[in-house]
Amino acid sequence: MSGTGYQGKNSIPHLTSERLLIKGGRVVNDDQSFFADVYIEDGLIKQVGENLVVPGGVKVIEVNGHMVIPGGIDVNTCLMKPYLGTNPVDDFLQGTKAALAGGTTMIIDHVTPQPGDSLLDAFECWQEAADKKACCDYSLHVDIPQWNETVKDELELLVHEKGINSFQVYMAYKDVYQMSDSELYEAFSFLKQLGAVVLVHAENGDLIAQEQRKILGMGITGPEGHPLSRPEELEAEAVFRAITLGNRVNCPVYITKVMSKSAADTITQARRKGSVVFGEPITASLATDGSHYWSKNWAKAAAYVTSPPLSPDPTTPDHLHTLLACGDLQVVGSAHCTYSTSQKAIGKDDFTLIPEGTNGVEERMGFVWDKAVAMGKMDENQFVAVTSTNAAKIFNLYPRKGRIAVGSDADIVIWDPNSVKTISAKNQQSASEYNIFEGLECRGGPVLVLSQGQVVYEEGKLQVQQGTGRFIPRKHFPDHAYQREAEQEAVTRGMYDGPVYDVVPTPKYITPAPSAKSSPTSHQPPPIRNLHQSNFSLSGAQTDDNVPRRSGHRIVGPPGGRSNITSLG
Amino acid sequence: MSYQGKKNIPKITSDRLLIKGGRIVNDDQSFHADIYLEDGVIKQIGDNLIVPGGVKTIEANGKMVIPGGIDIHTHFQMPYRGTTTVDDFAQGSKAALAGGTTMIVDHVIPEPGSSLMEAYDQWRQWADEKACCDYSLHVDITHWNDSIKQEVDNLIKEKGVNSFQVYMAYKDYYQMSNSELYEIFTFLAERGGIVQVHAENGEIIAEEQARMLQMGITGPEGHVLSRPEELEAEAVFRAITIASQTNCPLYVTRVMSKSAADIISQARKRGNVVFGEPITASLGTDGTHYWSKNWAKAASFVTSPPLSPDPTTPDYLNTLLSSGDLSVTGSAHCTFSVSQKAIGKDDFTQIPEGVNGVEERMTLIWDKAVTTGKMDENMFVAVTSTNAAKILNLYPRKGRIAVGSDADLVIWDTDSLRTITAKTHNSVAEYNVFEGMELRGAPLVVICQGKIVLEDGNMHVTSGVGRFIPCAPYPDYAYKRVKARKQLAVLRAVPRGMYDGPVSEFSMSRGGTPSASARTSPTKQPVRNLHQSGFSLAGNPASGHGLLRKPI
Repeated sequence: MSGTGYQGKNSIPHLTSERLLIKGGRVVNDDQSFFADVYIEDGLIKQVGENLVVPGGVKVIEVNGHMVIPGGIDVNTCLMKPYLGTNPVDDFLQGTKAALAGGTTMIIDHVTPQPGDSLLDAFECWQEAADKKACCDYSLHVDIPQWNETVKDELELLVHEKGINSFQVYMAYKDVYQMSDSELYEAFSFLKQLGAVVLVHAENGDLIAQEQRKILGMGITGPEGHPLSRPEELEAEAVFRAITLGNRVNCPVYITKVMSKSAADTITQARRKGSVVFGEPITASLATDGSHYWSKNWAKAAAYVTSPPLSPDPTTPDHLHTLLACGDLQVVGSAHCTYSTSQKAIGKDDFTLIPEGTNGVEERMGFVWDKAVAMGKMDENQFVAVTSTNAAKIFNLYPRKGRIAVGSDADIVIWDPNSVKTISAKNQQSASEYNIFEGLECRGGPVLVLSQGQVVYEEGKLQVQQGTGRFIPRKHFPDHAYQREAEQEAVTRGMYDGPVYDVVPTPKYITPAPSAKSSPTSHQPPPIRNLHQSNFSLSGAQTDDNVPRRSGHRIVGPPGGRSNITSLG
Repeated sequence: MSYQGKKNIPKITSDRLLIKGGRIVNDDQSFHADIYLEDGVIKQIGDNLIVPGGVKTIEANGKMVIPGGIDIHTHFQMPYRGTTTVDDFAQGSKAALAGGTTMIVDHVIPEPGSSLMEAYDQWRQWADEKACCDYSLHVDITHWNDSIKQEVDNLIKEKGVNSFQVYMAYKDYYQMSNSELYEIFTFLAERGGIVQVHAENGEIIAEEQARMLQMGITGPEGHVLSRPEELEAEAVFRAITIASQTNCPLYVTRVMSKSAADIISQARKRGNVVFGEPITASLGTDGTHYWSKNWAKAASFVTSPPLSPDPTTPDYLNTLLSSGDLSVTGSAHCTFSVSQKAIGKDDFTQIPEGVNGVEERMTLIWDKAVTTGKMDENMFVAVTSTNAAKILNLYPRKGRIAVGSDADLVIWDTDSLRTITAKTHNSVAEYNVFEGMELRGAPLVVICQGKIVLEDGNMHVTSGVGRFIPCAPYPDYAYKRVKARKQLAVLRAVPRGMYDGPVSEFSMSRGGTPSASARTSPTKQPVRNLHQSGFSLAGNPASGHGLLRKPI
């Protein structure tokens, strides 16, 4: 793995001289935990073990038995998603700062081109912005806003030359991003050939459009209309359909933002049947619920607006944690996409116009610890798996990211399971006025965060440098997602050479290859029937004589008369 | 309800019949009693009946007397690209009667773009001319617009049709989009209709068909390969979702696979009003025959959704039928001759779809479900007759042996054993998909409209005696729950103070949004009154929400 060139950017002063020794920690990977020291040099993990021989004068961090875990990977952020001309308040700088403060050392952001835009241009625009501002390593997903031929070429280029292996398609947002089932089928087939991971925003957009109209017609214009017009059934339905499509074209499917119990259950059932499907709950769905949409405070209610919406069922977070703990859901994202209250207020008279997105990049790891590990649902290894390792595997970053091992990147977090913190908008890194987790207590948090071998967060203080984040290219065909293939074969039979009804040339449905109207076409056997070779029998004595045939219909038969015989050629 | 027969048919009303010594089996109970029939109606039930002299008596000798079967799904005399199915209403209803089914419900299939009303009249004419037993009609909605709405309205109010089928398959032909389905479901829910769906994902099928043909698979096996059961399950799931959003009762025609049946039973457990209809073929045979080397045989199994290649499917469906998770059985009897099937000899997508089953339906369920101990005789009556009558709002006129009900009765012989074969069946098709199966249980005597039509193995049918039975909207069986939920499911907006904070500048470039809001901030006065603002940063979470969620 170390063979792949880790090219940093030339313009950035590299901090490679930094040498660090983490002493006395308990290294926790997704498969095991063990006591070991970790020696870091040039942003890489050079040695893991006890009694390491290290150069003199190395900075030593004593961790006194605390957990040493791979830095978190947040697979879903939108730090630059434009909405009607405005951008989220957390850009790559603000967003990555918040990520690091929460123990996340890598983000994968969504490039969201508008329909008609070039994917490549959008990608370059995002990369440029991130290179300037990001404080931690990042990678990019590219969203496909529409399906056509030019998109195909761009996708190929992105996969082969730009290091992108994951693309998102939308089943919602009718008349904007939404794709039809046929388009999805084509997109899935194409992306499968490229060896990419298909991310799906799963909601039934047609029904949402109808429901929105209905709800607005009833005079409901506030944020409560958002969950009312997007009931969780529509999410479950789309998840089911996406999985069906994935199975058909034999393509791994990754469901972004699993927000409801029924959607999660659908994923679980599909995995039981052997489908290759991954589910990503987000911080918001794991830590809060949709009852806040009915808040009397408009701004607060609007802060929770995201799609699919948070489920009004308060038992949802608990259920999702259970599935995360048992491996039915695999990775945790944050879908961090924050708009200020005045931006949200674009939809003050019409909930369909409220920009969608919640915060969560900073709180992500803390809440998984608090709600799953501290509650005894999950062990610390599974914690590492869902917050970091699985993401690295699915998106082909493993073992460079997501593991503490020799040769891996020195993205390391010292985790304190006992710290308690009350979430509040007052002391968060994000620039938004609201925090949807306001007032919640969260056990577990990072004490110290290393990104690229550099201490970036220590005892509540961030020391970051804008623009140090590198773009991490990802190869196609991740092993974790790509395997299994089935084949189908035609049955070899003799040509049917019996009579064929002459049909009116109105095709039943548009079929790719219309069949010839007459009987056997080319391989016509000699006109003498060989009855010994026939395997056809009309089970018995009845003939066609009593068949009521309408006059005026011609029966085309082979020379020698009408026959019902199928002979094996 | 007025039971108007047709005037031009010689009525058989003089027939009087006494069935003695039988065991009456309804869907709720079985009991020993005699039955006296007159004028095509059951007049008396009980012991020691006082009947006029000279009445013909049938000795049932303790055998079961059950309500005549109702086959809720047939396609007799169905036009297909200039030809019609080989079993017309005469032949088809004769086969039905031979199997103990005394009423059929046929599907009217208008061509896309043509009038539903004209198609309905056409079917009525065909059936009135030829049917040997009573019938009703479903009308298929093959396209959707305002004039169709009007016609559907008329059909419900004036023509006695309460069930309409829509298609999720047959892309670019019958297929409806999700939005159209939503509108149709809403429309029918308001008018008390039953929505039937042909549930398969047509878009994926079209893609798969293209792929199969490209791979060189042109035989009947391509049919099942391009329509895997998952696509059926997916469409069933989607249909249930839409029905639950629109609070509309849903009827899934032709449940062919285990996964589709599972989706239905899960939905019923969640409380959705959904009915599943397995057909004779899916209950009796499986899709392994699509790989037969004999093209004609393989083609005779072609129907949509296809029979599942999983040979455990029939057993599983019979189990769900017994447990009540599936509600009714049809036959989807739609027979084409071999030469008609051969339209698709080089391209499986052109093979006309349909299998036989109207005659075998009741016998097959008896054999596969009752004799195996899955189902009792009362449940047998429920799934072959009573439930169908309830869904169509014909109960208790049909589907029950009770005073005042129509005299459609079957004396059922549980011991008979016969082998199904195309040699002896009443359909004119050359193939029988159940060929060679030995089935226990068969009708001994069939009485239709108070007249004996099958006795001692001999049929005495008269073409044209079948009456059209109008079905009223809002069947209680489906709509009682729906009506109750409608009253509960009232959504309310949250009363809040106006948001009067700042609003970001934005450009309305996003298409397809229902309404555009004003760009500027407070619409009233530009001066903010902070005391009246309902806005606070980090507000208190104590706000209760005044919402009544739908109970489901």
